[in-house]
Amino acid sequence: MKRHLIQLFPTIALGLALGMLPATAQKKYDSGATDSEIKIGHINPYSGPASAYGLIGKTIAAYFNKVNAEGGINGRKINFISYDDGYSPPKAVEQARKLVESDEVLLIFQSLGTPSNTAIQKYMNAKKVPQLFVATGATKWGDPQNFPWTMGWQPSYQGEGRIYAKYILDTHPNAKIGILYQNDDYGKDYVKGLKDGLGQKAASMIVSEQPYETSDPTVDSQIVNLKASGADVFFNVTTPKFAAQAIKKAAEIDWKPVHLLNNVSQSVGSVLKPAGLDNAKGILSSYYLKDATDPAWKDDAGYKDWLAFMGKYFSDGDKTSSFTVYGYAVAQTLVQILQQCGDNLTRENVMKQAANLRNLKLGMLLPGITINTSPTDFYPIEQMQMQRFTGERWESLGPIISGEITAK
Amino acid sequence: MELFLHQVLAGLATGGIYACMALAIVMIYQAIDHLNFAQGEMAMFSTFIAWQLLQWGMPYWVAFFLTIAISFIAGVMIERIVFKPLKNAPVLSHLVVFIALFAILNSLAGFIWDFGIKSFPTPFGTRALFGQGLMSTHDAGMIAITLIMLVLLFIFFRYTRVGLAMRATAANPDSARLVGIRVGWMIALGWGMAAAIGAIAGMLIAPVVFLEPNMMLSILLYGFAAAVVGGLNSPFGAVVGGFGVGVIENLAGTFIPYLGRELKLTIALALIIAVLTVRPSGLFGRIAITRV
Amino acid sequence: MRDRIAGNASTALPGAMPFANLRGALIAMVLLLAILLPFAVKNFFVFQLTLAMVYAIAILGLNLLTGFNGQFSLGHSAFFAIGAYTAAIMMEHFAIAYYWTLPVAGVVCLIFGFLFGLPASRLEGIYLALATFSLAIATPQILKSTPLEGWTGGVQGIVIIKPDAPFALPLSSDQWLYYFTLAALVVLFACAANLLNSRTGRAIIAIRDNPIAARSMGIDIAFYKALTFGVSALYTGVAGALGAIVIQFVAPDSFTFVLAIGLFVGLVVGGVGSIAGTLFGGLFVLFVPNIAEQISKGLAGAVYGVILILVIYLMPSGAAGLLRLITKKLARALARQN
Repeated sequence: MKRHLIQLFPTIALGLALGMLPATAQKKYDSGATDSEIKIGHINPYSGPASAYGLIGKTIAAYFNKVNAEGGINGRKINFISYDDGYSPPKAVEQARKLVESDEVLLIFQSLGTPSNTAIQKYMNAKKVPQLFVATGATKWGDPQNFPWTMGWQPSYQGEGRIYAKYILDTHPNAKIGILYQNDDYGKDYVKGLKDGLGQKAASMIVSEQPYETSDPTVDSQIVNLKASGADVFFNVTTPKFAAQAIKKAAEIDWKPVHLLNNVSQSVGSVLKPAGLDNAKGILSSYYLKDATDPAWKDDAGYKDWLAFMGKYFSDGDKTSSFTVYGYAVAQTLVQILQQCGDNLTRENVMKQAANLRNLKLGMLLPGITINTSPTDFYPIEQMQMQRFTGERWESLGPIISGEITAK
Repeated sequence: MELFLHQVLAGLATGGIYACMALAIVMIYQAIDHLNFAQGEMAMFSTFIAWQLLQWGMPYWVAFFLTIAISFIAGVMIERIVFKPLKNAPVLSHLVVFIALFAILNSLAGFIWDFGIKSFPTPFGTRALFGQGLMSTHDAGMIAITLIMLVLLFIFFRYTRVGLAMRATAANPDSARLVGIRVGWMIALGWGMAAAIGAIAGMLIAPVVFLEPNMMLSILLYGFAAAVVGGLNSPFGAVVGGFGVGVIENLAGTFIPYLGRELKLTIALALIIAVLTVRPSGLFGRIAITRV
Repeated sequence: MRDRIAGNASTALPGAMPFANLRGALIAMVLLLAILLPFAVKNFFVFQLTLAMVYAIAILGLNLLTGFNGQFSLGHSAFFAIGAYTAAIMMEHFAIAYYWTLPVAGVVCLIFGFLFGLPASRLEGIYLALATFSLAIATPQILKSTPLEGWTGGVQGIVIIKPDAPFALPLSSDQWLYYFTLAALVVLFACAANLLNSRTGRAIIAIRDNPIAARSMGIDIAFYKALTFGVSALYTGVAGALGAIVIQFVAPDSFTFVLAIGLFVGLVVGGVGSIAGTLFGGLFVLFVPNIAEQISKGLAGAVYGVILILVIYLMPSGAAGLLRLITKKLARALARQN
C-alpha cells in the first residue's frame, strides 16, 4: 500500500503543478511595466544653451496625454517621466541612472544631444535598457552589433550631407563651396557627409570653412569671410538662431550664393520668418516631415490629425515650429512599438519590436517616406526629399532620395 | 586689404553691441562697486517686456520709453528688496545673489515667452550704409545712441550734484553719509540707471542677434571684458573697449591661420588678460590708491 | 580686506573653535556614518553621494585659494577639466590603472595652476575674477580644438571603463568607488588642515588678511600666491580625475563655465574659509538643482535662484558661518551659567 502511494507522488505533484499554471496567455513584464501602466523615461535640455529643444519634450508629453485620454496602450496608461540635463553629459548620466535605478522605467526614449547620449550609451547597454530613438542625427547610433540597445530615429546628418554633395555635383559641378558650421559633433558630422559625398573633388571645391561656437553672439564675421572667399555655393550648418542670423546677414551684404540649409533649421516659423521671408527665397534644404505652415497640407488627413492634437492637448505650443511636428511623429513611433509588444512588455521585446518596423507610415511623414527597421538596420528613417523655399512655403524638388542616406 | 577693412567695419558694428553693454556694466560698478552678473539677464528681460508691449499693439517709441521707465523702477525695487538686507554680507555672498538673480530671470523669461527666437524691430531700418552693407543703418544708429549715452553719463557724473553724490557713495560710503548723502537711495538710483541703460542696450542688440532668453550671456561676457580692459571706472574706456574687443575678435578669427577661427573667444580673452597684466586698472582706468 | 571676503570667518587658525574635543568626536561620528551608509541605501544614491564628495574636494581646492588666500577664482572648472582629461587619457590611451591617475592629475594641475598663478598674482579682486572666468570660458574651446583632437577625442569626448572592486571584494562598482573617493577625501582634507596649520599655511592666510604687513614680514607674496594657486588647482584636478572615473565619460560640454559658477556657489554656501563647510557645499551643488526640478519643472532655474537667495539670507557666511555662530552662542550661554 505504502509503495503504491509513493509511486503516486510524482504524478500527484505534477498534477498540482500543472493545475497552478495560469490559464491565460503569458504576461511578461520588466520593471516599469505593469498591468496598468508603462513608465517611459526621457532626458531633455530644458535649461541651458540648448533649451530651445525643450519644446520637443513638451510636445511628446502632450501626445502621451492624448494617448492616455484615449485609453492608453493596450489598456495601460503611459507614465512619462522627463528630466532636465541642461545639455551637460554628467547631468545626463545622473538622470539616466535616476530613471533606471530609482524610477525604474521600462526604457529611455528620445534623449537629446550627442554628448549626453554618448555619456549614457555604455551604461544603458550594460544595464540592458533600451535607449530608443535618440534625438540626434549622428551616424553612430545605428550599430546593433556593438550597442544592441541603442537606436536613433531621424535621418543621419552625414546622409543629408551626402544628398547635398550629390546635388552640387549634378547641378553645379564647378562650384566654389563655402561652409558655415557649428563647431561640435552635429556640425562636423554634416561637413563630413558633404566631403564624403564630394569624394575626390572635395579639396578643390571647398574654398572656405568657417566654424562658430554657440557662445558667439553673431556669425556676421564668418559670413563676411565666406563672401570674401568667392564662394558661390553656401552650405549652412547652423542651429535655428544662427541660421536666421546667417540668412539675414547674407542678404544684408548682398551675397546671393546657392544656399543649402540643413534640415535642423528649416522651420518657416522659427527661422525663415525672423530672418525675413524675402531673404530666404531660393534656399534649398531637405526634409522628411510635413511642414505645418505649408498650405498645401490644408486638407490632408495626417495634418488635420496633428492640428487637432495641438489644439486640444498643446494649445500654447508653437504651431509654426518643426519641433512640434517632430515630437508628435517620434512619439507616435514609440506608441506603435509598444502596441506591437502586446502583453510582453520586457525590454528585450521592446527592442525586438523596434527592430521590426516594416513600412510604417505616420501622419506627418512626407508621402512616400516610411519607417523601416530590422535586426541589422537600426536606422528607422532613411529617406528625405529636397525642397526649395518659394518665399512663402517650401516646395518639393526632385524625387524621394534614399540611396545617399543609407549609412556607410 | 579689402577683407581687413570689411572685418574692421563688421567688428565696429558688433563692437557697438559690446560697448552698449559695457556702459551698463560700468554704470552699476560706479554705483555699487560690484560687477553685476545678472546685468545681461535684466537687459534681456526688459527687451522681452518691450516685445510684449509691441505685440499688444503699442507704437515703437512709446514701448521704448515705457520699457526704460519700467526697467528703472524694477532696478530700484530689486535693490531695495533683494540687496538691501544683504548690506553687511561678505562680497562673495553678493556675487552668489547675482548668480541667483541670473537663474531666476533666465528661467522666468523662458517660462513666459519660451525659448524660440523672436525678431525685434529696429527704429533705424536696415538699409546698407557704406561698403556693401557691412554696416547697416541700424548698426550706425546703435553706435550713435551708445555715444549719446556715453556723453550723457559723462555729464551726469562730472557736472550734476546727484552724479557726484553717487560717485562719493561708491568711493567711500561712510564719508558720504557724514556729509549728508542718502547712501541707500544713491545705491538704489544706481541700480535703476543701470537697469535702464541695460534695457536700451537690449533693445538695440535684439534686432541683430534675435530675441531669446539666452541671447545676452556671451554679450555680457564680452561686455565685461570690454569694461575691464577699458577701465572699470571709465565710461569712455568701456566704449573704447567694446569697439576694440569687437574688432580684435573679428581680425583674430579671420587672419590668424588655423587656430584663429576655432579659438576666437580664447584669443580675445587672452589679449584682455595681457592688457591687464601690463595695466592692471585697464587702459583708461584710474589706479585706486588706498591707505594702508 | 578680510571682512570683504570671509565675513565673520574665524581669524584664528582653522583648527581653533570652541569645544575642540567635541569637534574630534563629531568628525569620528560623521566618518562612521559615511562608512556605513552605502550598505543602507540604493546604488544610485551611493553614486550621487560619491559625486557630491567629488565636488566637495573640488570646492576645497577653490576654498584654499579664495577662502584662505583671498584670490577670487571663477575658473576652477578649467583645472577640474585638466584633471579629468588627464585621467581619461591615461586610462584610455595608455591603459594605466585608475588609481595612478589621481596623483598624476594632481601634479599636472599643480604645474598648470602655478604657471597660471604667477601672472595672475598681479591681478586683484574683480580683475582676477574676470581673468579666471575667461579661463573657464576658454577651456571647452581649447579642449575641442583640432590640434588636441587626437588626445582629447574632440567633441566626441572619451569614454572610460568603470573599475570594479579589487580583490573580488563583495562590493558593487558604485560602492567601491564611493570608498575610494571617501578615502581620497579624508586624505586630502587632512592634508589641507595640516597645510593651513603650518608655516606655509600661516603665510597664505596672512596674505589674505593683510598683504602689506605680510610683505613687510618678508613673505614673498607672488611666490606664495602662485603656490596657493598651484595647490588649489591640484585639489580640484584630483577631484576632476575622480569625477571622470565615476561618470565614465569626459567631453568638452562637461566642463563649461556653468561648472565654475557651481563650484563658486558651493564655496560660498558651504562657508568661505571653512574646510568642513565644503562638504555642505558639495551636497548643495549636487542635490539642490534636483530639488528645484522636482518643485517645478518649468521654473526649475527660478526655484533654484530663490532657494539660493534664501540660503544666503539665512546664512550669509555659509553653513560653516552659521555653525560657528551657533556654537559661539552656546559657548557664551554655557559660560554664563558657570
